[in-house]
Amino acid sequence: MPTAIFGSIEAGAIYALMALGVYLSFRILDFPDLTVDGSFVTGASVAAVMIVGGYNPFLATMTALLAGFAAGCLTGLLHTKGKINALLSGILMMIALYSINLRIMGKSNVPLLSEETAITKLTAFWQGLGIDQAIQSLFGALGMGFIPKTWGILILMLILAFAAKVLIDLFLKTDIGLAIRATGDNETMIRSFSADTDILKIAGLGISNALVAFSGALVAQYNGFSDVGMGIGMIIIGLASVIIGEAIFGAKTIVRATLAVIGGAILYRIIVTLALRVEFLETGDMKLITAVIVIGALILPKLIQQQKEKQRKRRRLAEAKKTNAYGKSGEHLAAIKSDS
Amino acid sequence: MPTGKVVNILLQLNQIHKVFNEGTPDEKTALHRIDLHLKPGDFMTVIGSNGAGKSTLMNMISGKLIPDIGEVLVDGTDVTLVKEHKRSRLIGRVFQDPMAGTAPSMTIEENLAIAYSRTMARGLRKGVSKKRRDFFQEKLEMLHLGLENRLSAKVGLLSGGERQALSLLMATFTEPKILLLDEHTAALDPARAELITSLTKEIVETYKLTTLMVTHNMQQALDLGNRLIMMDKGQIIFETNEDQKKDLTVEKLLEEFQKIRGEKMSSDKAVLI
Repeated sequence: MPTAIFGSIEAGAIYALMALGVYLSFRILDFPDLTVDGSFVTGASVAAVMIVGGYNPFLATMTALLAGFAAGCLTGLLHTKGKINALLSGILMMIALYSINLRIMGKSNVPLLSEETAITKLTAFWQGLGIDQAIQSLFGALGMGFIPKTWGILILMLILAFAAKVLIDLFLKTDIGLAIRATGDNETMIRSFSADTDILKIAGLGISNALVAFSGALVAQYNGFSDVGMGIGMIIIGLASVIIGEAIFGAKTIVRATLAVIGGAILYRIIVTLALRVEFLETGDMKLITAVIVIGALILPKLIQQQKEKQRKRRRLAEAKKTNAYGKSGEHLAAIKSDS
Repeated sequence: MPTGKVVNILLQLNQIHKVFNEGTPDEKTALHRIDLHLKPGDFMTVIGSNGAGKSTLMNMISGKLIPDIGEVLVDGTDVTLVKEHKRSRLIGRVFQDPMAGTAPSMTIEENLAIAYSRTMARGLRKGVSKKRRDFFQEKLEMLHLGLENRLSAKVGLLSGGERQALSLLMATFTEPKILLLDEHTAALDPARAELITSLTKEIVETYKLTTLMVTHNMQQALDLGNRLIMMDKGQIIFETNEDQKKDLTVEKLLEEFQKIRGEKMSSDKAVLI
């Protein structure tokens, strides 16, 4: 059990990069971008093919990031210059990328298990630092029996996710970043302040999908393969992370929201891991579980809000009745009822 | 009409003509060969009933619409085909809807930063620097609404009047060549409308902005500005210069309107006052 949870936190930190990308398109640009299902795999396949081809895995990962950027820009072009509906332009790119991903890999699956990847290199680097032993002995001293293979991936991936978060936070506070946020918030307004909303949307979607592809490239190296089907439902996983994160950690400011997205991505992995331990659920049920989580995360906060509202009203009505025990002020009650 | 670059005219509309839904039963000539010249510092108010072409005229200047015939010149440069967002470097706008001019989920200082970078190429500079924040604070004091103490409040939390005052400041504090006000007090209650009107007067005078203001309120059209035009059916049917405008009253304007479009008077009176 601890090993499974540990693994889900590790994976969650890598998937957090993808969730940050989805946050950029979905929340900042207000653009439901389905390109993600395709660009995630594009990142994975570019990295996998380059690694198998003998390139440095870090270079391969960076190239994957650029490929994702290009894919996102194309979706933006379809939407802004081609005047195609936002959802549709994402779906079109997603379908197109499926074939492109197959072309990149040349087959539907590229194994990486025997290759030297960014993950294996980072693990080796970490183990060279000798921090694992220190943590292990600390854990041993505390009497905890759980010993993972290495802490390196977890810690390095968390650092990476937080670095991405901080960069996004800073970027969204620059002149361009502010303009991108305003594009998602009020297009009429930002256009009257000399911003080209087409370019901003294209750039925003590019950055979003660059993060998604980056995440895809790392997931492929973490899992040891790239598969053409590994992106199916990725947008929903991203959304689940964003929504769960915001519901639990809050989203008042950008800094808070991006932190929430990382938390949401990790929590999502833990929830799925736990759900899969339920007897009658199988690995194939994962997409269904994801859908149920997202539906729950979308509906529950509203239900809770309604319930709170009702309780508040009931309390205020009761208080009002008490103060007007002899029932002379009906007007007062009416005012409270209509005040919601 | 002098040829070549006319230096002392800031905004020049030559023979602007626009037909909507051409060739269909709904065909409508929104603007009929309009000529309009504004000198630097002119403040022109535009009145007219619904469908007179006032908003279309504004959209021609802002670049939201492109005329079928005619040209738009700003400071001697032909901008007829220049895109809306590029043109907005030169042109400040305040819309009728108080929600339209600001980004609700962003803070007051972030909104101001967006307005501040209107005239420059946006880069990776910090949007709200210490220096800019001081500048914003100083400008916000002009509004007398206490917004200078709420720089990090989200704009969505402000009232309609506060948002419109902020929109007005954002449209003007970078001193655009032309300011377009499109019935910017129409959606506010009388007290707020009064406040925005006096702020408009103050700000336009401070920056000596060349301004075009559409309004349905005749008294406001008379109180503000040095020139006035009345539009009807896509044409300018009445125009006053500075001296004539001083002696105008709402009654005289209505009389004038009646003389020109007598037959429509009764139905339009309600709309115009």
